[in-house]
Amino acid sequence: MNIHEYQGKELLRQYGVAVSYGTVAFSPEEAVKAAKELSTDIVVVKAQIHAGGRGKAGGVKIAKNLDEVRAYAKELLGKVLVTHQTGPEGKEIKRLLIEEGSDIKKEYYIGLVLDRQTSRVTLMGSEEGGVDIEEVSENNPEKIFKEIIDPVIGLTGFQARRMAFNMNIPPKLVNKAAKFMLGLYTVFIEKDASIVEINPLVETGDGNILALDAKFDFDENALYRHKDIVELRDFDEEDAKEIEASKYDLSYISLDGNIGCMVNGAGLAMATMDTINYYGGTPANFLDVGGGATAEKVTEAFKIILSDKNVKGIFVNIFGGIMKCDIIAEGVIQAAKEVSLDVPLVVRLEGTNVEIGKKLLNESGLNIVAAGTMADGAKQIVELVG
Amino acid sequence: MSVYINKDTKVLVQGITGSTALFHTKQMLEYGTKIVAGVTPGKGGTEAEGVPVFNTVEDAVKATGANVSVIYVPAPFAADAILEAVEAELDMAICITEHIPVLDMVKVKRYMEGKKTRLVGPNCPGVITPDECKIGIMPGYIHKKGHVGVVSRSGTLTYEATHQLSEEGIGQSTAVGIGGDPVNGTNFIDVLKEFNEDKDTYAVVMIGEIGGTAEEEAAEWVKANMTKPVVGFIGGQTAPEGKRMGHAGAIISGGKGTAADKIKAMNEAGIEVADTPSVIGETLIKVIREKGLYDKCKTH
Repeated sequence: MNIHEYQGKELLRQYGVAVSYGTVAFSPEEAVKAAKELSTDIVVVKAQIHAGGRGKAGGVKIAKNLDEVRAYAKELLGKVLVTHQTGPEGKEIKRLLIEEGSDIKKEYYIGLVLDRQTSRVTLMGSEEGGVDIEEVSENNPEKIFKEIIDPVIGLTGFQARRMAFNMNIPPKLVNKAAKFMLGLYTVFIEKDASIVEINPLVETGDGNILALDAKFDFDENALYRHKDIVELRDFDEEDAKEIEASKYDLSYISLDGNIGCMVNGAGLAMATMDTINYYGGTPANFLDVGGGATAEKVTEAFKIILSDKNVKGIFVNIFGGIMKCDIIAEGVIQAAKEVSLDVPLVVRLEGTNVEIGKKLLNESGLNIVAAGTMADGAKQIVELVG
Repeated sequence: MSVYINKDTKVLVQGITGSTALFHTKQMLEYGTKIVAGVTPGKGGTEAEGVPVFNTVEDAVKATGANVSVIYVPAPFAADAILEAVEAELDMAICITEHIPVLDMVKVKRYMEGKKTRLVGPNCPGVITPDECKIGIMPGYIHKKGHVGVVSRSGTLTYEATHQLSEEGIGQSTAVGIGGDPVNGTNFIDVLKEFNEDKDTYAVVMIGEIGGTAEEEAAEWVKANMTKPVVGFIGGQTAPEGKRMGHAGAIISGGKGTAADKIKAMNEAGIEVADTPSVIGETLIKVIREKGLYDKCKTH
């Protein structure tokens, strides 16, 4: 789960991590009011959307007075911002961060992420800040430093200082930088983050180290123990169908095609998409109904698939293990009753309780094309959709 | 022969009184798995599916000599259940539970360093040695005893591959689901090593998916060490970048962890990779025919 920059900075502030001061604004009036309370003449007006690359796309403006703040706020609010991370459709700006301008002396990068090879949280830092870290990793990999963190003792002072020295932070600011990193690690652990990126981390003219941006992503599996983080969720930033799916613990992702897919298991769901593509079709979604789904959840899944107007046919591919085929069958039948099903439906069932499941579908009177294998099902739905 | 589990494995079910665990305990018993104990704190002294239930893993092990545990405990408590199994010095803990917070697993992994217990999973279908012992949630009937080892990051995709093999009369020595989470106990290389040493395994099917670099590392290992043919498949070849495909591990980020990279690494290691999941069985058969192993692998 992502949050906005201003929310991330608020979180950092709670943990004593140095950030530039600012407030969120939803209208030009609020923007001006917020700017009046800042201590600097220069005010930064920043578009708040869940995507990087805002600066390059024109979503960050430097205002020299309150009139400019108002003008920029008017210009940005309601505008659709297209960055390299939003996709071509872009994202509408609905919130702004009105922030004090900083006298930037140098930009750095600092981040925390899980390193899968060591199964440890890893601190990453570079003196190449303010640019895409993937680019640095490609062009100057020697300029990215890592500190692998032992979960028992956490990030240590010497590791943080070593990182600061490696990043070429001026020696007199190393302790400030280390304090910053230690605070960042505490937030990461206490809030079950999966990624924290501060890009850029800046050295200011008056000798401070602070976060000019803050990107947080949280582990969805740990949200149950962080009600405060869940409250930060901005539904405007998410796909409506994905929000609906998440209410039922369904793992759903919208895609561009026209064949709706309902599958159990993430691996099989991806493989089903691959197979549909292989036979010349395009999937409309990724949908893993998971292991513990009930007939009700399956019904909801079906409705979500059908709410996508691009869907011209549905392929249900189930290989039951923990998921029982009869539950799927019940859900499909229930859904077909509740919504008028006017697109072709191909169902492939195999695995736990397969015979009961097939019997239920056969006796339902629904117009269902039965498939023997995944390939057979994919071929049939691609032909039916045309 | 087989790897990890066999007819003598004594199984303990953690969280046995939950509905999913009860259903699968019954299925495992019907398959012939020796389930000797269950654990649910507070339910000690009762029975579930005819299996005695204990309050702690320690009690269960003392009373029954269980050596492998299977964990169905809900996600918020699953990491603790794994720690309890490790502390009781079981040979193996197989964690079926999905959605365990990743930082919980980081701590579990750290605690397990230098300990005796092998963890399989979490978020996995389990381990099965056909006709001997089924531990987990996989449907038993799709398996057939034989000589092909199967290792996979995905549960349902393992069933798909195993089913194809069985339909073609190619049995399996053991099928191991290592799970789709970014932090897990047993990785591809651990299982490949076991299969390489198992004299009854003649060939291996390895099923990966997008995200991380576990397949690339496994391919390196295969290239340097594996004496038996390996065929593979990678799920998520058409998945868009930056989208998490259900498994916490399955996400392509910054151009890393793509299917194309993995397939390339596997091909370079001599691993033939099936184009679609539907031809995993066919691909294996083609390879074992070329190596003259088909007759040895064919079970009737």
